[in-house]
Amino acid sequence: MSDNIVLKKGLDVPVCGAADLLVNKSIMPSLLSVEPTCFKGFSPRLLVREGDRVLCGSPVICDKQNPGILLCSPASGTVKNISRGEKRKLLAVVIEPDTVQEYVDRKPCNPSGCTAEQIREILLSSGLWLQLVQRPYGIVASPSASPKAIFVSSFSSAPLAADSEFCLGNELAALQAGVNALARIAPVHISSRPESVFAKLENAAHHFFSGPHPAGNVGVQISHISPIRKGEVVWTVSLEGLAAIGRLFLSGRYDLRRKIAVCGPMAVEPSYASVLPGTPVKEFKAWYGTAAEEIRFVSGDLLSGRNVGEDGCIGFYDNQLSLIREGREKEYFGWIRPLRLNQFSTDHSYFNWILPRRKYSMDTNIHGGKRAFLVNDAYYAKMLPMDIYPIYLVKACLAKDIDKMEKFGIYEVLPEDLALCEFADPSKNDIQDIIASGIDLMLKEMA
Amino acid sequence: MNKIFEKGGKLSWLHSTVDAFETFLAVPPTVSSKGSHVRDAVDLKRIIIIALIAAIPAALFGMWNVGYQHGLAIGDTRLNIIGNWWFGFLKVLPLYIVAYAVGLFIEFGTAQIRGEEVNEGFLMTGFLIPLIIPVTTPLWMVGLATAFSVIFCKEVFGGTGMNIWNPALVARAFLFFSYPKQMSGSECWIAMGKGETMLDACTGATPLALDGASAQYGTGFWDLFIGTVPGSVGETSVICILLGAAILIWTGVGSWKIMAGSVAGALLVGWIGNIGGATTIPAWEQLLLGGFAFGTVFMATDPVTSCQTECGKWIYGLLIGMLCVTVRLFNPGYAEGMMLAILLCNTFAPLIDHCVTGIHISRRNKKLNAA
Repeated sequence: MSDNIVLKKGLDVPVCGAADLLVNKSIMPSLLSVEPTCFKGFSPRLLVREGDRVLCGSPVICDKQNPGILLCSPASGTVKNISRGEKRKLLAVVIEPDTVQEYVDRKPCNPSGCTAEQIREILLSSGLWLQLVQRPYGIVASPSASPKAIFVSSFSSAPLAADSEFCLGNELAALQAGVNALARIAPVHISSRPESVFAKLENAAHHFFSGPHPAGNVGVQISHISPIRKGEVVWTVSLEGLAAIGRLFLSGRYDLRRKIAVCGPMAVEPSYASVLPGTPVKEFKAWYGTAAEEIRFVSGDLLSGRNVGEDGCIGFYDNQLSLIREGREKEYFGWIRPLRLNQFSTDHSYFNWILPRRKYSMDTNIHGGKRAFLVNDAYYAKMLPMDIYPIYLVKACLAKDIDKMEKFGIYEVLPEDLALCEFADPSKNDIQDIIASGIDLMLKEMA
Repeated sequence: MNKIFEKGGKLSWLHSTVDAFETFLAVPPTVSSKGSHVRDAVDLKRIIIIALIAAIPAALFGMWNVGYQHGLAIGDTRLNIIGNWWFGFLKVLPLYIVAYAVGLFIEFGTAQIRGEEVNEGFLMTGFLIPLIIPVTTPLWMVGLATAFSVIFCKEVFGGTGMNIWNPALVARAFLFFSYPKQMSGSECWIAMGKGETMLDACTGATPLALDGASAQYGTGFWDLFIGTVPGSVGETSVICILLGAAILIWTGVGSWKIMAGSVAGALLVGWIGNIGGATTIPAWEQLLLGGFAFGTVFMATDPVTSCQTECGKWIYGLLIGMLCVTVRLFNPGYAEGMMLAILLCNTFAPLIDHCVTGIHISRRNKKLNAA
């Protein structure tokens, strides 16, 4: 089963600094952070103490509500430090990795020979359960849920996204094992670009998406394949997560190593690096040199990634480190200049449409002041290839009107899906933040 | 910004004002704090300035026409283009000064009270108000109407973006209902100098009020299209308005769907009225008469007060066109229907959107349940 879906709405943000297809460096950092803050709906309980020895795959943190959900160490080493924030909130467990890695000993097994229950058990005990994200709301998958389907997006359309074929095109065996395992739990749907190498994966339904960003967002894909109804649950897993699950079944190892794109207008020779999640940003010094004060370090893409700062580290799900200049200077007569060719705007009141292929060295300036929503819904709907009125949904979230939020499609979206609406918003509202607060309200009220 | 203007500073009561001037001169150095790290270069100032530029041809022509009509009325047509324009400019300039001074004063004041940034929305409203009133309107009336519309049509709802009705039209409606003598009839449309009197043959009434029967002015296609007829300052020249429409449509600031809907609605009712015998004016002429073109292009398309949804825009536009011509055909006491048609449809725009989104939701649910 396969189908072609052509999306017209959306925008490929033309920012410069795409990573060259070569792995510049394989990093084993001197310190590695395990951060429970990367997960929504996960309340951490610490399982280790400072000075404890951990193996690659040893549990470090578990979830208070579901103690079966484990967050494991991505490397073997010694627990160096436990970092806490206000009210003793657990921020990170810092591990000093060994030079020679030791893995938790597991036997390889063939997922096709396992039952769904066994697969769930293996994913939980290995710590790979956290690779599964549950929709609606984008939370850590609940072990008691029975999802309608499991969705995988085999590409990212976000600005400067890592090329998934370059990163994982040679790991088809692991991906296939991952698909076989998850297919025991629920039907697996894989969405790819047309003629993608990942179309070779068996045991899954394939869908092909063409069109600009956010065509690669799994939420957008789900809404075209099988929209989420009230009461339904689906899971999603990233391609990196799927490969990690596959490696576990093939080799018995908890191996989260991945290629990430170090990119962005401020990256020196943007290229790829092979890293573990939790690798500190400082390990990427070769890409940014000494100009750290002017740079924003974004783990993830420029539309919906996290600003982690130079002292932060690569997020659990991220396969991209975007370096962008902080635009903290005034621009005299910016808005009134007729041309302003160095800035990008999708709006026709500027003339960027004359040079459709040009890439721009963007910065973090928001280019205006915050205002009430003034232009109407259709302006934003151009950026969202879903059957949703974005501004009605945003206003329902602002009004905390649960009934309206349901009607306008809160179950189908995550903040990242409306990131482009936020990008294009002339009123400079924080649309992703508004949607996130709406989702938090739903979680609280519907629990 | 200087520290004394910031919170706790000696002149903090001027914060919004200083901020407004600063952000007018330069895009502020604000960086994104949440969500998307990069943002589009467009902001509301840009969108408003584009709308304003689109209205400039109509305004310039309107000023010339004030002078031209004056010359016709006193029987002295010796002035050239620039002379006529200068005469009109001097007549219209005080209207602008009063409208902007009153409106911006209130805008700055409320922004300061609320501790918000000054919104640039009034730049457009203030530009439109003098264009949609007779040039002879006393200045105190302009000031009063502007104050009324900014306070009661905009600020009480929460400022620009929250209002239900188009503020410029509310100012006009306020004048129309409060001072009907100065706002209609045949005297008000032509600016006269001190001691000047109109020629006996000159009625001064707009072609619309004369129902196309005037012999004094040409009311043929070209007169109406170019706009050499009496009327509110900016409304007469259809060709200048079309120029503005082209800018609005290309930049996406104004919705072509609303404009097309309005034209279609006016043609439909105009045609029915024509064959039903309610009027002798052909349907196409309805598009050229009175404030229809100006209202369709600059008023109906206001993104705040028009419909939000694409389908709603069609309905909203159609209703405006139909209502406008309906009023013209069946209300002999009040020849111009555009203002009330738009204000009424402003009122109904949320309802139209409510129905459109309601239908969309139930269709979506059906699709979801079938899947």
